[in-house]
Amino acid sequence: MEIRKGIAVSPGIAIAKPMVIDSKDYRIPRRSIMPSQRDKEIQRLRKAFSKAILELENLGSSKAIQEGKIGDIFAVHMRFLKDRSFRKRVTDFISKDLVTAEYAVSTILREIASHFAGIDDAYISERAADIFDIEKRLLTHLLGKKQEEVDHLREEVVILAADLTPTQTAGFNKSFVKGFATEKGGRTSHTAIVARSLGIPAVVALGDLSSEVPPECVVIVDGNRGVVIIDPDDDTLKQYDVYAQQMTQFVHELDQLQELPAETRDGVHIKMLGNIEFPDEAEQIIEKGGEGIGLYRTEFLFLYGGQEPTEEDHYNAYAEAIRAVGDKPVVIRTMDLGADKLPHTRWHPNETNPVLGLRSIRYCLQDLSLFKTQLRAILRASVLGDVRVMFPLITNLQELRQAKMILRDVMEDLDEFAVPYNADLPVGIMIETPSSALTASLLANESSFFSVGTNDLIQYTLAVDRANEHVSTLFSAAEPAVLYLIRSVIHESYKAGIGLSICGEIASDPEFIMLLLGMGVRTLSLAPPMIPEIKKIIRSVTIEECNKLSRAVSTMDSARQIKNYLRDAAIRILPETF
Amino acid sequence: MRPAMLFVDLANTFESDITVSNGDMTIDAKSIMQMTMLAATHGTRLKIRAEGPDAQKAAQSLRELLESQLIGDSTAVSEKEG
Repeated sequence: MEIRKGIAVSPGIAIAKPMVIDSKDYRIPRRSIMPSQRDKEIQRLRKAFSKAILELENLGSSKAIQEGKIGDIFAVHMRFLKDRSFRKRVTDFISKDLVTAEYAVSTILREIASHFAGIDDAYISERAADIFDIEKRLLTHLLGKKQEEVDHLREEVVILAADLTPTQTAGFNKSFVKGFATEKGGRTSHTAIVARSLGIPAVVALGDLSSEVPPECVVIVDGNRGVVIIDPDDDTLKQYDVYAQQMTQFVHELDQLQELPAETRDGVHIKMLGNIEFPDEAEQIIEKGGEGIGLYRTEFLFLYGGQEPTEEDHYNAYAEAIRAVGDKPVVIRTMDLGADKLPHTRWHPNETNPVLGLRSIRYCLQDLSLFKTQLRAILRASVLGDVRVMFPLITNLQELRQAKMILRDVMEDLDEFAVPYNADLPVGIMIETPSSALTASLLANESSFFSVGTNDLIQYTLAVDRANEHVSTLFSAAEPAVLYLIRSVIHESYKAGIGLSICGEIASDPEFIMLLLGMGVRTLSLAPPMIPEIKKIIRSVTIEECNKLSRAVSTMDSARQIKNYLRDAAIRILPETF
Repeated sequence: MRPAMLFVDLANTFESDITVSNGDMTIDAKSIMQMTMLAATHGTRLKIRAEGPDAQKAAQSLRELLESQLIGDSTAVSEKEG
């Protein structure tokens, strides 16, 4: 049994077999197999070899390669892949040492490479690079198979990985993935967001997990306490079974709140909307008692499926989401690509500081064909329901005007072809940079609504990378600077008489709800599975209490003091959650 | 790696078992992995040994290849022809 402590980023308990996913450039950990798996593993190896050979044959037949010097390199690779003594060496390693095919391939090829690198002859020592290439090619097929396995899961698993990319999580068969445990990441990394939207537990920043996950073991992911237990003993397992049952019961109780309004004890209605990545999640919002889609993260259309979505792909996805919520509002955020969310089909510059680089609205304003395709689909879908459009990462009025101008261009195009759309489509913006928060009074003149994205706002205000586990303790919504900005944005939205919602992670953090209500927030947008729990808090408080709490917090001078104060208040309201 | 590749390709056209030695190290001439690991740079003395039905021809052709590719002096030894 091994107990590891990380950061709890999505609540719940999962007990299931582990599925270990390695990323391509990742050192392949030594992982053992059972003697009974030996043949299966060797079979996997054989398949990887034949796929790699087939791939090379296809590559080699292209004319450009035949004529160039590259052809020779591939020819050598091909002979390596067909080399019986090499294959035997890898196979023998698997069957004698009982390790995975990935590990065997990686180890043997690195042995050969280091042998080359050690030879005192520049020509030969440089051949080591060729060997690494062969290693990569084989691993792609071995690991690619793994990804496929995740897509076609037949039993419940918890995913163990170095870190999960949005592209990976988009491909998971969600009904069988019961939890995530990752070595890297922070509270707002994408592993965390996806886990919360799926309603499954996740623990991140666990450090090196790869060392010895025994075969056929069970892993417990405790997303309440931030603990992962590998191969638990019987007592621990029993304890957790009981604990998991209690949790299920609590969730069941919460579900009974679905029909009840999200109203404070003194009768103030709070609008609860859902954040979604995929249209099929929209239904869940209604099931959980939500009143519409407050944030539709459309970039997942790009990260899923491996190719660029067409206008019809956009339109069909939006239409499906709108249908699921009927006449309730649907806020479609235009693509927030770049930084940690990159599509594999599109060129993107290599940036040393991607979070401050070509991402989000900036990316769209540079790639107009991509942007216009999406806007056309949104406009066409705007007649199907209560659709609103929202631009992410706006930093100044100039950007907002530019984006709106492009929207008007697209409207004119549609006019030409007499395609119907809602000409009064409300256009809002995300407030997620300090510059937009500080100039909210200017931006409010030309926006129909604001939505505060706290994850990026915290990252940019505090200069703390939200995915970096080394500074994760510095990332806090309770920092006075962050609260000061949120407060002033709320104030400006009231002054201008425009809508305001909070769509960042703090909208689903039980500790922050009273403070947000006290600061004047009346619309929250959060991961659908969290709606009942947050509704329970709303129904347990009065606005009077919240105002008092907010006033008290505004006099406090440190994140720690604020956090403790909020926590104490929340525990009094809803002890079961903590 | 091109010379090694040509060498291994040619070796594989023969039925005989063929080995190459460089000092104490002896390897299978039909394996590109072993051939490249033998680290035969220009001017190394290699010994080719073939055993099988076409041993004579194998040793002879491989020797010619090595000489034409100027990758080393070689001694070809064939055994048990037929």
